[in-house]
Amino acid sequence: MNRINQLFQQKKENILSIYFTAGHPELNSTCDILQGLEKSGVDMVEIGMPFSDPLADGPVIQDSSSKALKNGMSLKVLFEQLASIRQNIQIPLLLMGYINPILQFGIENFCKKCKETGIDGVILPDLPMDEFQNHYQKYFDENDLRFIFLITPQTSAERVRMIDSVSKGFIYMVSSSSTTGAKGNIADKQVEYFNKIKAMKLNSPLVIGFGISNRETFTRACRYASGAIIGSAFVKMLAETDQWIEEIKSFINNIKN
Amino acid sequence: MYYATRLSKHYDTNIYLKREDLNHTGSHKINNTIGQILLARELGKKRIIAETGAGQHGVATATVCALMGLECVVYMGETDVKRQMPNVLRMKMLGATVVPAMSGNRTLKDAGNEALRDWINNPETTYYLIGSVVGPHPYPDMVGRFQSIISEEIRWQLKEQRGSELPDYVMACIGGGSNAMGAFYHFLEEPAVKLIAVEAAGLGINSGETAASIAKGTVGIIQGAKTFLMQDEDGQITEPYSISAGLDYPGIGPAHAHLHETGRIKVIDATDQEALDAAFELTQLEGIIPALESAHALAGLRKIKFHSKETIVINVSGRGDKDMDTYIKHMNNR
Repeated sequence: MNRINQLFQQKKENILSIYFTAGHPELNSTCDILQGLEKSGVDMVEIGMPFSDPLADGPVIQDSSSKALKNGMSLKVLFEQLASIRQNIQIPLLLMGYINPILQFGIENFCKKCKETGIDGVILPDLPMDEFQNHYQKYFDENDLRFIFLITPQTSAERVRMIDSVSKGFIYMVSSSSTTGAKGNIADKQVEYFNKIKAMKLNSPLVIGFGISNRETFTRACRYASGAIIGSAFVKMLAETDQWIEEIKSFINNIKN
Repeated sequence: MYYATRLSKHYDTNIYLKREDLNHTGSHKINNTIGQILLARELGKKRIIAETGAGQHGVATATVCALMGLECVVYMGETDVKRQMPNVLRMKMLGATVVPAMSGNRTLKDAGNEALRDWINNPETTYYLIGSVVGPHPYPDMVGRFQSIISEEIRWQLKEQRGSELPDYVMACIGGGSNAMGAFYHFLEEPAVKLIAVEAAGLGINSGETAASIAKGTVGIIQGAKTFLMQDEDGQITEPYSISAGLDYPGIGPAHAHLHETGRIKVIDATDQEALDAAFELTQLEGIIPALESAHALAGLRKIKFHSKETIVINVSGRGDKDMDTYIKHMNNR
């Protein structure tokens, strides 16, 4: 069974997922960060594929992406780094980024490589559902790869239902109409939206992301979904320390306990 | 439409200039901003955002916002803020806030990225008024329709002046491609009319410093549209370069990419130097100082052998006031 589905079958609440950009802070930090995250008890990881024009991202992830590209990160390098990752890492791994680098890599080749490497899912905020269904879905299905759709407060109930019917992993619930990055707290308006989606009793599990940055926002988000994703706050921590291998553990401990 | 007597004589053919430079705000951009601001008002939006390269679209947006009493925020690459200062000051006088975009090469693409991010953060209050035939659907279609007034006017004014609605050539510069789409629109179904788009070669097609997205681009996805764009083998979008801020974009409108593939439009290119020479030529033969963008279209005149009986329409998309700094520098170097 796909590791994403396995996780959501076994664990129904407080799933902690972490995002980081591959190739940042150093070109070869990818595998060390993954090991640090698994050891610290993280449930799932999204590995960012850096892109020159990350439209859905705020300043922190933009900055990490351009540094990663300068460091020499590319899909080819990333797959090389991850080639034997499944010898050490058991938790579900997803790749997150933008569609253009994948198109140039070749979509079929990309999906095959994901399967070979042991990647379980892919998140591409700039690939709309109908384009996915018409042109790409077969390659994902052939390689047992979950494609994760995003919903925002602007997504209509009708479209949320459609996305739910197409989703095979989980639904990424963007916490507010926003690019990535910390917002400090969760506003009443967001809670209203979380409750509205929760009340729809969707088939797919929900994971809340964007604006989740610390223990408080993580705990609150987990009341309305199976779990939550922390990205920018983690990337910022990596950017600001030389001791990131040690810091990963205390960062995750602070969220969980 | 203006018959350019001396220019025609110089090239031994019949050249008409479509004077979009005489529009209010100084370019064709106002055609589109009037259309979209009515849409924004209908949608009940209170805040308007826009991206701009040369500042022509920013000024046109700030103008319609002043007219409608709506808040206006214009994103402009920091590089362009510096090289198009008169337009920055016009936008400010019109009451707009100009936000310098600090990512990438700090030009048009980066301004578009910042505007899209703003829109992601403010979808309820804000309308994004895109200035070219680029971005996600329905913008390329919508902007093309609003600009189609250019070719509508070319047809009836040419009929009035020359007795036939159809010229032999229509020529326009192309960055994102809004003035070209407007100039071509009502001729797309007229195979007798040759449609020539001139893209910005910068320092030369193979110099590495170019904005020629058709000549140097490959198929990819940029800002929500599948089209030709300049990118490296890993799919990272590369930084364009042109002396003209309005053409300094690594992609091209998706409809133009299609028309190029089907062969309906022919895309040629002009370097910075060729555009500058063409601007001085028009100024000295006709007394019209064109925008640097439009100068690329005029530079196309030297690249095609015309017959003396043929009729050529060139879209002068904007006027050159905003480019005086660049022109003065060039004049001193001549």
